[in-house]
Amino acid sequence: MLSLLFLIPLLPLAGAALNGLVGHRFRGERPVAVVACAAVLAAFVLSLGAVVQLATGLEGYAQGAPPNVRVEAEARRVEMTLASWIPAGGEGSFVVDWAFTLDPLSAVMILVVTGVGFLIHVYATAYMHGDPGYARFFTYLNLFTAMMLTLVLGSSFPVLFVGWEGVGLCSYLLIGFWYQDLKNASAGMKAFLVNRIGDFGFALGMLLIFARYGTLNFQRLAEAIEGDLAGAAGLTAIGLLLFVGATGKSAQIPLYVWLPDAMAGPTPVSALIHAATMVTAGIYMVARTSPLFAAAPVALFTVAVVGAATAFFAATIGLAQNDIKKVLAYSTVSQLGYMFLGCGVGAFAAGIFHLTTHAFFKALLFLGSGSVIHAMSGEQDMRKMGGLGAKLPVTYRTFLIGTISIAGFIPFAGFFSKDEILWKAFEHGHPALWAVGSAAALLTSFYMFRLVYLTFFGSCRADHETQHHIHESPRAMTVPLMVLAVLSVVGGWVGINQAVAFGADVNFFEHWLEPVFAPAARIAAWHAEHAAAAGHLEPHYGLGVEWLFIAIALAVATAGWVAAHRLYVTRPELPARIAARLGAAYRLVLEKYYIDEVYRFLFVDGLLGFSRGLAWIDARVVDGVVNGAASLTVASGRASSEADRLGVDGTVNAVGHLVYGGSSVYRRLQTGRIQNYALGMMLGAFALISLYLILG
Amino acid sequence: MVVPIGHILTVSLLMFGIGVVGVMVRRNAILVLMSVELMLNAANLNFVAFARAYGSPVGHVFPVFVITVAAGEVAVGLAILIAFFRNKQSVNLNDVDLMKG
Repeated sequence: MLSLLFLIPLLPLAGAALNGLVGHRFRGERPVAVVACAAVLAAFVLSLGAVVQLATGLEGYAQGAPPNVRVEAEARRVEMTLASWIPAGGEGSFVVDWAFTLDPLSAVMILVVTGVGFLIHVYATAYMHGDPGYARFFTYLNLFTAMMLTLVLGSSFPVLFVGWEGVGLCSYLLIGFWYQDLKNASAGMKAFLVNRIGDFGFALGMLLIFARYGTLNFQRLAEAIEGDLAGAAGLTAIGLLLFVGATGKSAQIPLYVWLPDAMAGPTPVSALIHAATMVTAGIYMVARTSPLFAAAPVALFTVAVVGAATAFFAATIGLAQNDIKKVLAYSTVSQLGYMFLGCGVGAFAAGIFHLTTHAFFKALLFLGSGSVIHAMSGEQDMRKMGGLGAKLPVTYRTFLIGTISIAGFIPFAGFFSKDEILWKAFEHGHPALWAVGSAAALLTSFYMFRLVYLTFFGSCRADHETQHHIHESPRAMTVPLMVLAVLSVVGGWVGINQAVAFGADVNFFEHWLEPVFAPAARIAAWHAEHAAAAGHLEPHYGLGVEWLFIAIALAVATAGWVAAHRLYVTRPELPARIAARLGAAYRLVLEKYYIDEVYRFLFVDGLLGFSRGLAWIDARVVDGVVNGAASLTVASGRASSEADRLGVDGTVNAVGHLVYGGSSVYRRLQTGRIQNYALGMMLGAFALISLYLILG
Repeated sequence: MVVPIGHILTVSLLMFGIGVVGVMVRRNAILVLMSVELMLNAANLNFVAFARAYGSPVGHVFPVFVITVAAGEVAVGLAILIAFFRNKQSVNLNDVDLMKG
């Protein structure tokens, strides 16, 4: 099965090609849906098989592997080279191959992408029913899946970057799917442009890496870095540049602004791309280059700080939003901050763990919100919802499970991953980051339960017409919800840390990822040694302290829930009063701190003015020169013709006039009178004779 | 008394000159013909003068021819003049300008 690794990104790509080229000719929606879902399902099955083989039968496989596959058993890595891409060998060589690597990290990612992706594909077959662009939608969705798989399986930066750009493209295509509405198209453009800004930093980082280490292959880069830890001064800049790319793709400060706007796309898109997979590409990239970041502690710390700040900042905005998808969007930004926080304090496995559990419950929450919007005939404002719990039982129950999970209650999945990150933040000596993270957790719990209470509890505030149409979603939509709900509960049980398990070492997830993050851990230890030599020692905490922190985390989650319950169930008049009392502060948060307006003023307006100026130059100056040249030619032509008329014709005419004038003078000699002729003869004879006499 | 030949030639010259001027200046065509006769006679006088001075018979005979020719010429000239007068009703030479270019 491992030999079929290359099929995992290829099958969804084939599905996209099929649906894209002939999908609109199929009869009905069924064939399109079948092709799309089958492609992803096949990719999932292959992924499962490959991962199982990676986990258990690697030694056996190594003996019979095909020649283009390289197996490293103890590192649990399989690298398959498909073809040579850039063979610029020789002096200053730049060699890049189309190669895929399956190791524990990419194994986790492909399972998440294909698994959750498949559930969302199934959901979308029902959600997008009746849409005229049905085939186009599934083409883009499959294409996205293929690109994401390329991203996570790539062995080197260029292959990753192909996938990186590819998912950015599909994100643009899918956000602006209903492009006839300018708002949607603009949101798509905003996402692509902001992403591109991050990609610029990413590209610079790649250039610097190649300039410094001569390779862009992840494995060889890790070896090169580990072999030269003392001379790692320039890595901080590289790390920061790569992180800029990550902030663009994974919506962190300052490049998060595209994600809330991206909610203009269909809800399955929001679930797949902007919750479970694409936005996690940044975290995946940081985890993949963990040796580099471990060797650049300043860059790594920046990652942690930005992550924690974003987690808190986005949570505050999520508190006041009234659109159900916007709350979830800011929640996603916030949770991505947690993942970066985890990676940033050195707990890469914890960050990836949260990525996985987040994929489960966030996809669940988005799909659930899609179910709600579907029932509410397109309404997304929570102030017009209410009382949907009784009318949408499956949606409500699964949504509640997702909420409890994200809030971080034991034994749901969200608890294990979030608690792990917060604990690791504190343990690695960053109590401030732990505090910020915990504050964000409080807000998370609050705004999520606020969302649940506003949507599913109380009396229905929708108008009569909408209320009439409220109905539970079809099975194709509710079954994925149920599967994801189960995963949101049990998904965390593979990563139970020691404290919770009362000392037992059952953290399968962390052990599974150990080989991948071992180099980073070694590099971090080397740095810790050198720091310890300077007098900073990391304290070691006992289980009791850990339990205390778990208790604090649970208390925080409970507090958020209780507050939400108070404000939206028992005393529903309070929120309005609090908002009125907070006045400007409330409006600031509701309007997302006016960040979009600030960016527009700082960057967009100036650029638009500049381009308008250039357009003016083009219309006036450039076209003026061109038109002027044309006028010049016309004028010179006219002058030439005048010269011809006056000059040439004039000369000819002048000669004629001359002759005429001359003849009119000589004509006077011919008077016709004999006496004049006689006189002439006389004078002539006299002249001749005189001549004769004189000259003689 | 022998008249010196110089005197005769001078008279002949003066006659010729008057005849030339008359041809050129006179308006009346008949008077122009008369002036032509004057010139011819001046030439005759020249002939005779030299015949008397050098005793040559030629000088006596030739003017007879000249007179004959002059008579014929005048006859023709008058005939042309009469033909012209029939058309133009004038003998003014200034009116003979049909060949005017």
